[in-house]
Amino acid sequence: MSYGEKINIIDIDYTWSLKNYIRAFDGVYIITLFKSIIISSITTLVCLLIAIPVAFYISFSSIRMKSILLVSIMLPLWTNLLIRTYSLIAILRTKGHINSSLEYLWESTNNLLNFFNLANYEIMGKSFVPLNLMYNNYSIILGLFYIYVPFMIIPIYLVLEKFDRNLLEASYDLGANHIKTFFKVIIPNISPGITSGIILVFIPCLGSFIIPDLLGGADSQMIGNIIERQFKSGNDWPFGSALSFILIYITLVIISVRHVYTKLYSKLHLRGNTQ
Amino acid sequence: MNSKYHISRRNFLMGSSALAAVGITFSPLSANGHNELNFYNWDDYIGENTLSDFADRTGIKTKLDFFADNGELFSKLREGNPGYDIIVPSDIYVEKMVKANMLERIDHDKISNMNNIDSNFLDPVFDPKRQHSIPYMWGSIGIGYDKKRAGITPDSWSYLYDSDRYSGDISLLSEATSVMAIGLKYLGYSANSTNPKEYKQVEELLINQKKHIKVFAEDNGQDLLASGDVILAQEFNGDIAQIMLEDDNISYTVPKEGSLIWEDCLCIPKDAPNVENAHKFIDFILRADIGAELADYIQYATPNKAAKELMNAEYSSNPAIFPSDETVKLCENQLYLGEDVGQMIQDTWTRILAS
Repeated sequence: MSYGEKINIIDIDYTWSLKNYIRAFDGVYIITLFKSIIISSITTLVCLLIAIPVAFYISFSSIRMKSILLVSIMLPLWTNLLIRTYSLIAILRTKGHINSSLEYLWESTNNLLNFFNLANYEIMGKSFVPLNLMYNNYSIILGLFYIYVPFMIIPIYLVLEKFDRNLLEASYDLGANHIKTFFKVIIPNISPGITSGIILVFIPCLGSFIIPDLLGGADSQMIGNIIERQFKSGNDWPFGSALSFILIYITLVIISVRHVYTKLYSKLHLRGNTQ
Repeated sequence: MNSKYHISRRNFLMGSSALAAVGITFSPLSANGHNELNFYNWDDYIGENTLSDFADRTGIKTKLDFFADNGELFSKLREGNPGYDIIVPSDIYVEKMVKANMLERIDHDKISNMNNIDSNFLDPVFDPKRQHSIPYMWGSIGIGYDKKRAGITPDSWSYLYDSDRYSGDISLLSEATSVMAIGLKYLGYSANSTNPKEYKQVEELLINQKKHIKVFAEDNGQDLLASGDVILAQEFNGDIAQIMLEDDNISYTVPKEGSLIWEDCLCIPKDAPNVENAHKFIDFILRADIGAELADYIQYATPNKAAKELMNAEYSSNPAIFPSDETVKLCENQLYLGEDVGQMIQDTWTRILAS
């Protein structure tokens, strides 16, 4: 369909034209795509930074604790994505849980200051100003992070489970410190988990449209939103298909990079073992 | 355009359809039963007892399915009717679907309550002589506002389109055609302009204004207003009317530059399995008592004059529901402007959001 052309309201002529692809390389779409890639990359990075310590903690806890922690990570996945996003709205909005907690803290502190007759100095500002936590790009990143972080934790955890702990002792015995052990022993061993995690998080982030719709502000259009509009209000399925195909091509490139990487990695690994 | 619960129709729908995916999406609507009607409606846009009353009187069971916006309705039906008998598109989409030959003609002889419709609604531009559609509800787009925090009555679109007075505390709709059409009205042009230069001016206006806009709301401006997230929200009147019932501090106004009047219609899509039942249903909805019950529940303006006469003054003289005649004169109906203009509007909208 992405090679077709719209001939009237509902009919599409399959002409093998590249018009839709050429149109997709127009400035706005490239900029939006670029922006989506940046937002997805930041989300993936944040997920990674949080997921590694969490996966470690789970992997090193007792068996009982392990199952509790794993279930608590999986449990949110059983609820619908929209419900989870709405719960974030309830937390972040102007009169949401964070702001009302802060307001409570502000009032208590102010009362305390009043008690000491310090209120006139207005140390805490004249009145409580709620934080703008929602309707910006940070809230999108937070939302995406919250939704997709389990997909990063679980592959890393699985690799860590298979990881031979004796290697850690060997590393320490051979005089490496914690940092050196982490980068020279642990990271190379868990890197397959990290790459699958990155793929599992980055790709759905890139195509997401519900979260930017609900949590984003006036400036939060992602490529997924544009595609959604082509299929609904825009009624331009050929162009929407072309845009989706461009996303699929990007995904394919990422997956093939991963494939090449794993091949290279296993070659290196083999060589390392035989030496 | 109507959401009683603090979840907008669209999102409720996504959630419910995802949860009930197995139940709804994979079971084709059964088309063989004679006592069935498959009704594809906006969420929360029918009276609480309307469908059970209909079943009591006619023995026809109604299956209800929801859509969240006209685009969704249209894209679900454009590749063929999946089995719906009654749909509720808005005016501009009625015209579009008639042009695309997607609607069945309505046989007026089978509708005994035709006379209940207000004569103003009998010959609209988008569907001459009402051949394909029966008016269901109508209303306007205006500004819902927080009286205390706004300080004044925001009687001009300039507060939303061209001012930093409420910077960071305003929301606009996220539907490109309506937002652009109102931008045209603000600049003094026709809402149905096809002149690219005029759209360009709206684009520049909105790009400049964007830094002051908190969010382009997905049909949840009333929630943002009720929760204090915004002070002014561009919204459909009925949405604001519903929260006005709960909160005295909220009010609604149609700005002096004029606005858009919209109308949702009952239509029968092509290849509907139960055309007879669909006619019975339309006739039933047009009854005075049923129309009144419906209007009382969903708080939108009814085009059914017999039903309106049965309603109390709180409803029939509420300016948030029925705009005054002078206001209506300032407003325009949106027309279907063709696919090329549609694409231009969508592209402009993409540029505005991306800038």
